[in-house]
Amino acid sequence: MLEIKNLFCERDERTLFEGLSFILNQSEVLQIEGQNGSGKTTLLRILCGLSDAFEGEVLWHGKNIEEDRENFYQALLYVGHLSGVKGTLTAEENLAWMSQLDPSLNQINIPEALEKVGLYGYEDIPCHTLSAGQQRRVGLARLYLSSAPLWILDEPFTALDKKGVAEKEVLIAQHVQAGGSIILTTHHNLSIPDKEVRCLNLDDALT
Amino acid sequence: MNFFLAALRRDLLLTFRRRNDIINPLAFFLMVGILFPLGVSPEASFLSQLAPGVIWVAALLASLLSVDGIFRSDFDDGSLEHMLVSPQPLLLLVLAKVTNHWLISGFCLALVSPILALMLFLPSEGIKPLIFSLLLGTPTLSLIGAIGAALTVGLRKGGILISLLVLPLYIPVLIFGASSVQAGSIGLPIQGYLALLAAMLALSLVLAPFAIVAALKISVRS
Repeated sequence: MLEIKNLFCERDERTLFEGLSFILNQSEVLQIEGQNGSGKTTLLRILCGLSDAFEGEVLWHGKNIEEDRENFYQALLYVGHLSGVKGTLTAEENLAWMSQLDPSLNQINIPEALEKVGLYGYEDIPCHTLSAGQQRRVGLARLYLSSAPLWILDEPFTALDKKGVAEKEVLIAQHVQAGGSIILTTHHNLSIPDKEVRCLNLDDALT
Repeated sequence: MNFFLAALRRDLLLTFRRRNDIINPLAFFLMVGILFPLGVSPEASFLSQLAPGVIWVAALLASLLSVDGIFRSDFDDGSLEHMLVSPQPLLLLVLAKVTNHWLISGFCLALVSPILALMLFLPSEGIKPLIFSLLLGTPTLSLIGAIGAALTVGLRKGGILISLLVLPLYIPVLIFGASSVQAGSIGLPIQGYLALLAAMLALSLVLAPFAIVAALKISVRS
C-alpha cells in the first residue's frame, strides 16, 4: 500500500536518515522507534505530505502522494502532536468539523465515539475547560469514527491514562484485523494479540 | 459549495465565541473618528476635506491589524495540519476564511462607516460612495492580506513583516477607494472608480486563493 523509496532527510546539517526504504502492507503495524530527536515525527510528517524537507519518494498504491493527493488523503487518518482541537468549540462541534474535513469519518457516530473515549456528559462543554488528557481524547475519538485504511499516529498515547492506552490498543488491533494498516511512534511497549508489530529503529537506520 | 458553507459556519462560530475579534477592528475604526478631530481641528470645512482619505485609511489599517489572525490560531493548535491532510479542496477552505475575515473587518466597517462620516463632516452626497467603495474595496484587502498572513504564519513575529509585504499592494485600493468618495462628495460620477475597484476585486478573487494555498503549504511544510 504505502511504499517509501530511498528517503533522505537532513536537519541542521545532521543527517536524520539516509537511504530509508520500506513497504507497508495491508494489516500491518509499523512502530517507529528512536531516541528523542532522531526524526520520528519528521518521518511521519514526510509520509503525510506535511514536510518538504526531504529527498526520495513516498508512493501510495504506486502513485506519488503529491500527484494523487485526493485519493491518498481520503485513505489517511493522521493524529499528530497537536490535536487540532479548538478550545472555544465543544467536543461535539470539534468532531463535527473534523468529519467535514475528512469525509471518511462517520458523522453519525460522534456521540457514541465521545462516550467510548470517556467524555460522556462533556459534549456541550467548551474544550478549553477540559484537562489535557481529555482534550487529547477528543482528537483520538476520530479513531472510533474513521474508515480510512491507513492510520499514521504520532505518540497517540501521550497524556492518556492506563485504561485509555489499553482501549486504544484494542482499537488498533481491530483496525489491523479489518485489513487496515498503521504506522505509529510511541515509547510504550505495544502489545497487540495475534499480531507481530514490525519495528523500525531510526538510530539503527543511520549506521 | 456545502463544504465552503460548513467551513464558513465554523469560522463564524469561532469568531462569535471570541468577541474581541469582532470588537477590535470596529473600535479601532471608530476611535480614529473620535480622536482625529481632537488632534487636528474640529472645524467642519477642514475635516470634510480630509474625511474621505481618513476614513479609508482607518478602514485599511483596521483590516490590516486583524489580518494576522486569519490563520494564526489554526496554525498554533494543529488545525491547519488537519486541513492540509484533508481531501477537501483547500481553495474553498481558504476562501471561507477570507470571507469570515471580510465579514468582520470589511462588511461591518462599511455598515458603521456612515457614523464615521458624520463625525468627520463628510458631505452627505459622499456617504453612498463611501459605503459602496468600502464594500467593493475591503474584500480585496482581505484577500491580499491573507497572502501575507499565510506566508508569515510560521514565523514567531510576523506582524511587521505582513505590513511590509502587503501595504504596497493595498495602495491602489486605497487610492481608488478614497478618490471615489472624494469625487462623490463634490457631485462627480463615481462609476469609473467603482468599476476599477470591482476589477481589482475580480483579479484578486481569481488569483489570491492560489497564492494563499501555496503560501500556507510553504509555512506548514518547512
